[in-house]
Amino acid sequence: MANGYQNVQEDVMAKAVKEGAVAGIIAFLMFLVFVGIETYQDINNQLVWRTRWGLLGVFVIVAAVGRFVTVGFIKPHLDKRKLAKAKTGILEVSEEKSFFHKHFLKIALVFLLCYPFLAMMIFGRQGSLKYVDNFGIQILIYVMLAWGLNIVVGLAGLLDLGYVAFYAVGAYSYALLSANFGFSFWLLLPMAGILAGFWGIILGFPVLRLRGDYLAIVTLAFGEIIRLVLINWTDVTRGTFGISGIAKASFFGIWSFDVGAANNFNKAWGLPSSSVYYKIFLFYVILALCMLTAYVTIRLRRMPIGRAWEALREDEIACRSLGINTVATKLTAFATGAMFGGFAGSFFAARQGFVSPESFVFLESAIILAIVVLGGMGSLTGIAIAAVVMVGGTELLREMEFLKHIFGPDFTPELYRMLLFGLAMVIVMLFKPRGFVGTREPTAFLRTRKAVSGSFTKEGHG
Amino acid sequence: MEYFIQQLANGLTLGSIYGLVAIGYTMVYGIIGMINFAHGDIFMLGGFAALIVFLILTTFFAGIPVALALLLMLIIAMLMTGLWNWTIERIAYRPLRGSFRLAPLITAIGMSIVLSNFIQVTQGPRNKPIPPLVTDVYHIGNITISLKQILIVVITSILLFAFWYIVNKTPLGRAQRATEQDRKMAALLGVDVDRTISITFIMGAALAAVAGTMYLMYYGVASFNDGFIPGVKAFTAAVLGGIGSLPGAVLGGLLIGLIESLWSAYFSIAYKDVATFAILAIVLIFKPTGILGRPEVEKV
Amino acid sequence: MATGTTTMTNDTILKVEHLSMKFGGLMAINDCSFEAKRGEITALIGPNGAGKTTVFNCITGFYKPTMGMLTLKRSNGKEFLLERLRDFEINKVAGVSRTFQNIRLFSGLTVLENLLVAQHNVLMKASGFTVLGLLGLPAYKTAAREAIEKAQYWLEKADLIDRADDPAGDLSYGAQRRLEIARAMCTGPELLCLDEPAAGLNPKESLTLNTLLRGIRDEGTSLLLIEHDMSVVMEISDHVVVLEYGQKISDGTPDHVKNDPKVIAAYLGVEDEEVEEIEEQLDHATVEGGTV
Repeated sequence: MANGYQNVQEDVMAKAVKEGAVAGIIAFLMFLVFVGIETYQDINNQLVWRTRWGLLGVFVIVAAVGRFVTVGFIKPHLDKRKLAKAKTGILEVSEEKSFFHKHFLKIALVFLLCYPFLAMMIFGRQGSLKYVDNFGIQILIYVMLAWGLNIVVGLAGLLDLGYVAFYAVGAYSYALLSANFGFSFWLLLPMAGILAGFWGIILGFPVLRLRGDYLAIVTLAFGEIIRLVLINWTDVTRGTFGISGIAKASFFGIWSFDVGAANNFNKAWGLPSSSVYYKIFLFYVILALCMLTAYVTIRLRRMPIGRAWEALREDEIACRSLGINTVATKLTAFATGAMFGGFAGSFFAARQGFVSPESFVFLESAIILAIVVLGGMGSLTGIAIAAVVMVGGTELLREMEFLKHIFGPDFTPELYRMLLFGLAMVIVMLFKPRGFVGTREPTAFLRTRKAVSGSFTKEGHG
Repeated sequence: MEYFIQQLANGLTLGSIYGLVAIGYTMVYGIIGMINFAHGDIFMLGGFAALIVFLILTTFFAGIPVALALLLMLIIAMLMTGLWNWTIERIAYRPLRGSFRLAPLITAIGMSIVLSNFIQVTQGPRNKPIPPLVTDVYHIGNITISLKQILIVVITSILLFAFWYIVNKTPLGRAQRATEQDRKMAALLGVDVDRTISITFIMGAALAAVAGTMYLMYYGVASFNDGFIPGVKAFTAAVLGGIGSLPGAVLGGLLIGLIESLWSAYFSIAYKDVATFAILAIVLIFKPTGILGRPEVEKV
Repeated sequence: MATGTTTMTNDTILKVEHLSMKFGGLMAINDCSFEAKRGEITALIGPNGAGKTTVFNCITGFYKPTMGMLTLKRSNGKEFLLERLRDFEINKVAGVSRTFQNIRLFSGLTVLENLLVAQHNVLMKASGFTVLGLLGLPAYKTAAREAIEKAQYWLEKADLIDRADDPAGDLSYGAQRRLEIARAMCTGPELLCLDEPAAGLNPKESLTLNTLLRGIRDEGTSLLLIEHDMSVVMEISDHVVVLEYGQKISDGTPDHVKNDPKVIAAYLGVEDEEVEEIEEQLDHATVEGGTV
């Protein structure tokens, strides 16, 4: 018995060594050209090359050792755990939820409400700017966008690869209308949302009868069309230069955040002149917008239209047989999602004070979609967590100045930001194909509210 | 008229490149029903491999004949990208096969981001220009046709024929078609599905590498973000032709190439991509499964 | 919507006239006419490939017939030409609901939610097309409560009340069939079309189904069903229509159809001459019987 076990053990080791070696060889061949050789332009601007065998060696060793450890140690360990679980015969035990678990949402909300002041207390007035703006506002914008897209992809099951178009419509609506007509933020915010929703209907109407991946590519095409028009219609949009000097949002028209204004917020409250107060104000504005999105989504899910969205995701043919107008239902999902994209866009324009087509590339759509899927389609909490992890995580990389001391002054962590973002997308999906929160909360119940396991929900095909 | 023919030739060249990349999209879509978003970046990777091989060749064998250099570039680029695509399929797509449909789409987008940023990090963000490889030009009346254009069209045609032969006349092609029709049944009948899918990825990547090499030869420059725009256009081509259909991919590629060059020639160069995408949308509205795609039957 | 061209007696709910459906060169249904009576269970039977499901899909709007007229008369006297309605209007306007041969439930929604989705149009109106409901007006709350009550009623009828909060995909096959029927009933139809409701059920489940279907009929909903299981057909239907190769070959009470030599021939697959022979023999027998 013990002998047999030892044999298995040895077999595993032999296999691990073999697979590690194979991985090393594959890595060597893969990286030979791209890592082993570096191309650069010399003083004459001529393309020349040099070798980087050391770096190539690192890649190969990492691949070989990584594979060896995975096959030799991690996988047997996981298998053993699985086996132990199967032996005890107890499937996933649902433990008593901890206090933190039960009140997660409340705790998170309280934390968010205090966040700017906590940041100010810890990092001082100027130091907190970064935390309120780059982390707080940035992440919340993505939360809002992802929640908006969630209506289209997560609830209605329509794969939209061009969501950023509506974000752009919102941003440019605010930028252009405020520059040309001097309308205020609070008037333009709803207008931008409505305009984006309107665009959602216009773009959605002809294409919603397409199914699955055909819809995906057409939405991608529309996203690109809008961006290209923004670039090329220079008379109105100033093309790639973008529109700058966009008016700031005011405190509901009572106080202004413009430094020169008579009713300047800081002066009125006797605060020292600093832009951090404007950022804190913006933080609360986007927080409120996020809450609005969440509130509307939660309410809509419990209404016939929201249920029809989810039913549409599950089975479109059955929906038709139940008398549901599927075209109208898809359009409302598209328009509602677009509207929230528009809100977020106008907020983005007010916060940046500058918009250009650069901000509305396909990559943004991809990031937003990734957040929705990584979070768990349909789950607001999961999506928010995904936004914090993905956006916050990559944002954090900008801050890793200390890495320069390790890798030398040429090392710019920012360069690796998107590389790691992409890797994280792949890894999270591999381990959690249903996203962080894979279960679905039912919208109505008779006796007990039980979460629906992800294995039953479908992802739509249209 | 001459101007028109000139533009036709340009469009055909461009269309050949798009068509080759589109085949990769359409094959992968056909066999596992997944949009391989990273395919555009595989194309870019192929271009880079060719570029680096070119640099090494010109350093060590200064007087090497162009044809031989081109051949070596093509072969190494094809092997290289084939290996990459094989690895990517193994790591990022295979574990998710049969799971949630959006999961492999997200890993593919992730892989696309990884590949372009990997090249940006390892090879630098700047455009990489190379001296022109093939410079011969032929004049027929006022029409100028360069040797590289002819080369591109000829190589594409040869590859398409070889490819058509593999898919339609060999056991491998039969296995591919069987896997495409019904993966489970094919496995039951003894088709090694995993291997077939792997080979499909390698073949798609090899074609993309050829396209990448020719793109490099045609424009004389490579950049880490070259994958996106040609990738999206090739994908558009695949959908326009009817995704899953091989002749459709080629037809779509040629159409997109022609639309692009003719629109630039007669209307405005700025809106050429808008025209491409708009035509895609219009075609899909009237033919929801593309020009040569099988109409989708709604089973009740 | 009123047609005027056809006259329908009050007790007819559905009239199919000269229905033909062509797929490419294939004539799936060829000039088929029949009627379904109000308050009855009408069964559509026939060998595989006879075109039953095609007839069904024409009636429920999933196919547009090549030719023919499908008239539905509601209890308020309004008549609708089904082939002219849009797919979802067949249910919403004409009050026809259906189930599917391969069950189509919303598997990720709970059983209760499935039944609430079925009441979409009623709830939509009550929620003021979402706007009023979003503001939380009491009218919608009442409607929502009523919808749950209606769902509860059908859950009890279908014996699913204990599974109300479970995902529909988690139910057993038989329970899924019953849920699909309950869901169709929640739309408040006048004509319920069932596509092979007994397929894949065990004898016990089959019996429960019969009770459920009879209960539905007795509450005033007319039924049209396709079925292979003769025990179900013969036991519960009031009227049977037999199709073969896209044409109607028999029409009448279960007893009449059971003894129709054409039907026997269609099911047992006898040659045409033999049918005639059997017919002759039968005629002979009846004559003989008469003389004795």
